[in-house]
Amino acid sequence: MAPVTLAALPATILPEPLLRAESVGGKFALMIFAVVVFAVVFGLVLLLATLFTGRRGEQVQGALFALPVVGLLGVGLVYPALRTINQSFKGRTADGPYSLENYATMFTSPDLLVVLRNTAIWVVLVPFLATGIGLLYAILIDRARGEAFAKALIFLPMSISMVGASIIWKFVYEYKQTSRPQTGLLNGILKLLGFETRQWLLDVPLNTLMLIVVMVWIQAGFAMTVLSAAIKAIPDDIIEAAKLDGVKGMAMFRYITLPSIRSALVVVLTTIGIATMKIFDIVRTMTAGQFDTSVVANEFYNQIFRYNAPGIGAALAVLLFVLVIPIVAYNVVQMRKEA
Amino acid sequence: MPLNSTRRAAALSGALALALGVSACGSSDSDAGSDETGTEIDCAPYEAFGDLDGTTVTVYTSITAPEDEPHIASYKPFENCTGVTIKYEGSKEFEAQLPVRVQGGNAPDIAYLPQPGLLQTMVATGKVVAPPQEVEDNVDANMPDFKEYGTVDGTFYAAPLGANVKSFVWYSPQMFADGGYEIPTTWDELMSLTQQIASDNPDSKPWCAGIESGDATGWPATDWIEDVMLRTAGAETYDKWVNHEIPFNDASVAEALNEVGKILKNPDYVNGGYGDVKTIATTSFQDAGLPVLDGSCYMHRQASFYAANWPEGTNVAEDGDVWAFYLPAMTAEEHPVLGGGEFVAAFADRPEVKAFQTYLSSVEWADERARTCGSGGCVTANKNADASLLENPVDKLSAEQLTDPNATFRFDASDLMPGAVGAGTFWKGMTDWIIGQDDQTTLDYIEKSWPKS
Repeated sequence: MAPVTLAALPATILPEPLLRAESVGGKFALMIFAVVVFAVVFGLVLLLATLFTGRRGEQVQGALFALPVVGLLGVGLVYPALRTINQSFKGRTADGPYSLENYATMFTSPDLLVVLRNTAIWVVLVPFLATGIGLLYAILIDRARGEAFAKALIFLPMSISMVGASIIWKFVYEYKQTSRPQTGLLNGILKLLGFETRQWLLDVPLNTLMLIVVMVWIQAGFAMTVLSAAIKAIPDDIIEAAKLDGVKGMAMFRYITLPSIRSALVVVLTTIGIATMKIFDIVRTMTAGQFDTSVVANEFYNQIFRYNAPGIGAALAVLLFVLVIPIVAYNVVQMRKEA
Repeated sequence: MPLNSTRRAAALSGALALALGVSACGSSDSDAGSDETGTEIDCAPYEAFGDLDGTTVTVYTSITAPEDEPHIASYKPFENCTGVTIKYEGSKEFEAQLPVRVQGGNAPDIAYLPQPGLLQTMVATGKVVAPPQEVEDNVDANMPDFKEYGTVDGTFYAAPLGANVKSFVWYSPQMFADGGYEIPTTWDELMSLTQQIASDNPDSKPWCAGIESGDATGWPATDWIEDVMLRTAGAETYDKWVNHEIPFNDASVAEALNEVGKILKNPDYVNGGYGDVKTIATTSFQDAGLPVLDGSCYMHRQASFYAANWPEGTNVAEDGDVWAFYLPAMTAEEHPVLGGGEFVAAFADRPEVKAFQTYLSSVEWADERARTCGSGGCVTANKNADASLLENPVDKLSAEQLTDPNATFRFDASDLMPGAVGAGTFWKGMTDWIIGQDDQTTLDYIEKSWPKS
């Protein structure tokens, strides 16, 4: 949620018509205003930095350059995060006395338990499926003919927005009675093969799996690209040495390829893992969390903006935050090792 | 977010339309047959608030293009006589954005709240300003039925604005004539008509329904329960149910749910044009009634505003392609009406805001709204408005229901309940109920979710 005191800030700095920017002219004026502010701040930092020289001066310069970033992170990230954590302990509407009520609700209410279960299914399945498919594909097409085209094919979904992809897949899953002309691809195929059409997004747990397919479809291209680059980076002499030792097929993959691309694999897995944990767009667009498909990010939006329960929403956000920490930490440690 | 880009596109096309000189409001103006300046009104009631010339009032609503144009047009007489400029802003994210704006110290002067539940939430922030005595006098005189819904803890805060009627069943007059079916006047007649249609027409179903509505999925089913609850349990028990003086899983609610289940969960009766009972959950409320047009469904229960969902070219009239009849009560004498509407809440107490609130609660505004109406949906909560000014047949029908002296009006229950129930578990519970959850589990689930405090 927007911090109460800070949300009012823009209105005090910017004149009202500019803040709303309703006309095209107003929007351009606002844009120019923003660019000018940026230039002024930047110029000011540079100007101040030139005033300091020498060893001490360099330290001051460093601090000066970091200042705008630290300031913006503080206002835009740290303060709201602390505020959210604070709110999560203050009861359902986030204005009561301190308690653990929201956390108790989160782990006991059947609705929210379903939400946690779904998020767990997502986080387990998506990173491994997307990475697995991406890796397999990268190996299969490596040095094959038409590699560039094959890569582009699986990479294309990455360029479609989550909402766009969701709408496309909603059409794929669309249901019509078996006797009627089919508009959904999947049910069209079922009908062609002589089966009854079915409601893909209605039955638990099939519906969550159907949503996961969309995410895997989008993310597999990302995994493939990164892993393909890593595979190509394996030095030829290692491969040749292995070949001379009689290593081939699965053994080559197990003992040469996999260890060589390990760090790339970790990056891909954790990146997709984090993206999956905060998944919102696909669920909201395709089922809006109905039929027991809701996930944490979708639910905290609902709690805050629809059920007027910002406390529970904040608690869910904190949970998400806590869950992401180990992945980020692991990623940082891995990157340290690399460097 | 897709909404952002839609809004940007809308703004862009709006600018283009202006640049090309194609005024978007041109059509609605000509429909209404009034000139650019609007009707002249007596300015005396607003002069009491002092000299307002040159001031501005901002209005924030959930009513977006194209429905916003007639609204803006209805402010003309007030603007002309007082010199106040009304700045109108409609947003599809209204319900989510309003609390953020109010808490952020960036509240509009006036907001049109579509649910009394939202009014309660807003009043709880302490930012809502009670209207002047003039508004309360107007409401007492013109819309007494709606007053309590604009009242929180005994204080009157928000005057009613637009109104709609939910107790309607849409049907095809031609199909009814072909089958020799009569409009039912009691609930029993409705049920036997349903049975009759089901046995006469093996290829179609008597009812079609759809409750899919994005993240609001389930609300059309709550309207079903509310309408039937008003009939089986009566208005008094209905009020107790709304205020949680009886539990949500009370026997009276169970009876209403059971009665609705006799239609919505009977595979012989639903879901015309779409398939089995479960398809109700995935059919969008906009599409739900359309099978009435192709003959695969005979009846569709939905509010007066469904009139806007028929495809272009559909003749919506008593002798047209589709028309609506009143969802009958238990007996022909009783006449409960379920409805909804918006409420005008103010977040500022400047004189021009008070003057505008007064105008919106006046008969003059209700009449001007009807005059500049355009495509329909212009019924107001105002009982003293001149109903003959309404041109749209559905508007006329709705106004008849609202002003019927025998009618017992009740506001949509889910809009009155706390948000966690009325916009949350009630919707979700009904959706789960449609896809197979039994009556008792559904009611117990909703009862358990009612906020303790």
